[in-house]
This record gives sequence, structure tokens and C-alpha cells, in this order.
Amino acid sequence: MAELIATHPFDGILPIRHGNCAAAPFQPDAITSVAPYPGQEAAVSAALKDRIGAPFPAPGRSTTGADGSLAAWSGLDQCFVFGPALDAIDGAAVTDQSDAWAGIEIVGEDAREVLARLSPLDLRPGVFEPGHTARSLIGHMPALIMRTGDAVYLLLVFRSMAATAAHEIETAMKGVAARASLAT
Amino acid sequence: MRIPCPLCGERDAREFTPRGHATLLDRPDVDAQPQAWHNYLHLRDNPAGETRELWHHTAGCTAWLVVQRNTITHAITGASLAREAGHAR
Repeated sequence: MAELIATHPFDGILPIRHGNCAAAPFQPDAITSVAPYPGQEAAVSAALKDRIGAPFPAPGRSTTGADGSLAAWSGLDQCFVFGPALDAIDGAAVTDQSDAWAGIEIVGEDAREVLARLSPLDLRPGVFEPGHTARSLIGHMPALIMRTGDAVYLLLVFRSMAATAAHEIETAMKGVAARASLAT
Repeated sequence: MRIPCPLCGERDAREFTPRGHATLLDRPDVDAQPQAWHNYLHLRDNPAGETRELWHHTAGCTAWLVVQRNTITHAITGASLAREAGHAR
């Protein structure tokens, strides 16, 4: 039987660094979508809390589990859990999404400026705070955008768009770095 | 133009896709008369002023919204989840 070799979507592409920002692949053990059926929201939230130590997040928010799992709201009646793979939960559609999405972590003082060049989101620090999540756009690509720290942003795009996303982010990083070098 | 999504907050119009007047929520019964289906599919008012439209938050939470829009000023004065508007009937 053939031995299949797993390759990461950003192999040979990331990490990159320009100016004071760095972009690196984000590789959780698994990405699992949890979508409660109508009327099952409370039961599923309790089950999730039981399983990972974090309840189902409110719209635009994320919750962190005891085992370090991150549950991020990812759209209408749906959240993504980043961490160990999840088994089925009664009352919800639970789907493994690990290979469908490509994650990029952008860290640095100007991370927000980089993102602001690519996304229509209101990213002002007091509006999009640490722990907030949003479904929006990176250029023309649908994305899940999370702020996980003061100057740390986590982006998820469809895996097929990984190289395009990395290219767009690198271009924005170079632009922000070039502008910063002019200011001094 | 910005649309206040009830789930995501105020978002840029490029995230949304318009569908048409909110009449589309009032689907006739399967055995309704042809005239009722004709009205549903083809006949629309063309108001100068407030109107209610269906917009899909395609690049956001993927919810269908009923958006209140003024066709004269293009002012958007509100938005609600279409499924709630549907349940309210």
C-alpha cells in the first residue's frame, strides 16, 4: 500500500517577516465545526463545555477551553473548535474541517495595519478586541478573522486559496514596512 | 454603504448580496392559484421611499437579512434576521 505524505498548505511559503510583522502557519491538531440543530443550542453548549471546558461562543466571540482548545464563532449557528479532534455531539452537526482550511497567524506591532489593507472590518483596537472573531473578507477571499492577542491575529481561509492569501498578506506587509521606513 | 447585520454588527456592503424585495418571504401555498404565483414571482411595487429587501451576508455569517432601505436617500435604517421575520408571521 502506498505511503501518503501529508503536506501543509504553507510548505515553502510561510513563515515570512517584513518590518515588525511576522506571518507563520497556524496548525492546530484539528479543526472541527460544531453546528447545533434548531432548539439544541443550550444542550450543545453544555456538551461542549463538558468536552473541552468552554461553552459555545456568542456571535463574534470566542471561548477558550481548559485543554487550550479555542472555540471561535464562525457564522450563523456555527463555531469552529481548534484543538484535539472532537467526537460527535448529540443535537449538533459535528464535522472535521482540518484539511479544508489554512490558518495564518500574523504577529507584530503593525499587524492591524497589515490586516486593514486587506479587510473591510472595523479593526480599531476598541472595536475588534482580543477574543473577538469575524467572518469577513481578505481581499476577495472569504475568511475567518480572529484577534487572539493585543497584536496577534489569526486568519483562516479556504485551503485552495492558501498561496493567494499568503501572497496578499506578504504584499500588505511589505507596503506597511515601506511606509514605516519613510516615516523615520 | 454599510448594513447593520444583527449578528456581525455594521459591515461593508461588499460582504452582502442583494436578492430582491422581502415579498419573496411570502411564498404562496403549493396549490395556490396561478395568479398568486404570478404575483409572487413577477409583480413588484416600485416604491419611492422605504422598502424592505432580502440581503444575504455572503462573506460574513451567511444569514439572510431583511433590510429596511430608503430608495430615495439610500439610507439603511435597520436589518433583522429573515428567519425571525419568517417565524413572526
